Formats: sequence, structure tokens, C-alpha cells
Amino acid sequence: MQQKAESPHIVGYATFIKVWIALVVLTGVLVGLSVTHRPNLAVLGLLFITPTKASLVLFYFMHLKYESAALKFMASAAIAALIIFITLTFSDYLFR
Amino acid sequence: MSMPAETQVAEHTGEHRDYVGAKLGMWIFVFTELILFGGLFVAYGMYRSMHAHEFHKASGELNITLGVINTLVLLTSSLTMVLSIVAIRLQRKRQSMIFLASTMLLGAVFLVNKVFEWTAKIHHGIYPGSEHLMARPPGERLFFGLYFGMTGLHGLHVTVGVVVMSVMLALVARDKIRHDDYIKLENTGLYWHLVDIIWIFLLPLFYLAA
Repeated sequence: MQQKAESPHIVGYATFIKVWIALVVLTGVLVGLSVTHRPNLAVLGLLFITPTKASLVLFYFMHLKYESAALKFMASAAIAALIIFITLTFSDYLFR
Repeated sequence: MSMPAETQVAEHTGEHRDYVGAKLGMWIFVFTELILFGGLFVAYGMYRSMHAHEFHKASGELNITLGVINTLVLLTSSLTMVLSIVAIRLQRKRQSMIFLASTMLLGAVFLVNKVFEWTAKIHHGIYPGSEHLMARPPGERLFFGLYFGMTGLHGLHVTVGVVVMSVMLALVARDKIRHDDYIKLENTGLYWHLVDIIWIFLLPLFYLAA
């Protein structure tokens, strides 16, 4: 039985090591921004660097980049649901 | 080889396999976990916007160094996990086992750090319902409640992950997980990376929030 027929893409070691280096560097930047004692920079880090790190793990380590369109659609639906929950909760709180 | 890819039957054993179904099932579980932790993140966000100053102050009491070390430990464990899957697909069984054992070891290191961190907090009288904590402002009580609740639930996931990996290690050793049948290892990887993603969000929210 050839598993290869089902998921033909074997990503080599090098790609994952590069992703890991990117994750470590981004963590460094995130920590760096948070110790500057400038709240705006720290919030910027939280809003952009953290989702970038999560996406790197999701797309490369969790292999989502190489998955079928159906699975990608399901993943975006789950994340969209989460964003809707967060938006609704906060809009309720902010405009109360 | 004309059978549909998703429902193949192994020639030598006659065993029925559903690779796509197995993976899809794991992803659906991952989504439920995302919603579970998502709810807790919403709670964190709400309480933080209500008690911004107290959250800020309480966060300053957490050990950033330990938080960052644990982040690096978990990121590296995600790397060794994914390398273990690549190795098994390339029929490098020994390498795959070494990578998997390293992932378990890093998971254990994470938990040991967590124990040190929690012990120090408890030693200072900071734990849910403690007299010391109950005497502090509501925002700080909420911060530490969420801290213990969310890192505790996350730590439980790490513990489960390490146990599952020990089973996978035995399966690789007995050739139950092979280059042509590795979905169990792949699904373990999906779970472990999810645990990593959750920590990626916990770090800035708790440790770097000051």
C-alpha cells in the first residue's frame, strides 16, 4: 500500500528547521517589544507577531499548507467562528 | 492500486484503513479544542478590559524568564515532533524514535518548569481561594484565577500529550507505525502542535502583559 498516493508531499527537514528559526526569532522580537515599556509596541506585537507565529505552526508544522481545499475551508470556518464569538462578545461589552 | 485513496485495504493483513477519515476526525477534535480555549481567551479579554490596571500589575509578578524558556522548549518540541513524522515517512525508524523521545523529554521539561513556577506562586500565598489572594483587588484575583485555570488546563494537555507520545513510541518500536502507516503519529503531531499554538497565545497574554 502506498501512502504516497494519498499525501504525496514529504516536506524535508530543512523547511521545518527554517520555520523553527523564524518562530524563535519572532519570539525574541515579541519579548523585545514587550520590555521596551511602550504599550503601543507591545500591543502591536500581540496583534501581529502572535498570530503570525500561530499561522507558521498551523500551515507548516500542522501541514495545513499541503492539505486539501476542503480541510483548509473547514479550518477557516472554525477560525471564523472563533472570531465571530470574540467580536460579538466585545461589541456587546463596548456598546452596553 | 486502483482503489480510492481514502479507503485502502492493506494487502498483507487485509486490514481496513481510512487515512483521510482519520485525519479529518483529528482536525475536528482540534477545532473543538480551539473553541474550548477560545472561550477562555474571550473571558480573559473581557476581564482585562474591565480591570486593565490590575491585570497589568498582577502580570508583573509572573516570571518572564520562565515563560520565555518554556516557549522555546515547546517550540523546539514541535520541531522534533514534526521531524519524527518526516523520519518515519523516509523509513528512518531509529531517527524517528529519537525525535519522538526528544519531544517527550521537552514536554517533561516544560512541566517541570511549570511545577517550579506554580510552587513559587503557592509559596507566596498566591493560589485560587487563598487568604492572601482574596485580600487583593478583584482584578488581580481574576488574573490569577485565569492564570491558574488556563495554564493548568494547558499543562493537563501537555501531560496527556506526553502519555500519548509514549504509546506512539512503543508502536513505532513494534513497527505498528511504519512509513506506509503513520496516521497515528501524524494525529499525535496535530494535537501537540495545537498545544504549542495555545501556549503561543498564553505567553503574551499572561507573562508579557505587564
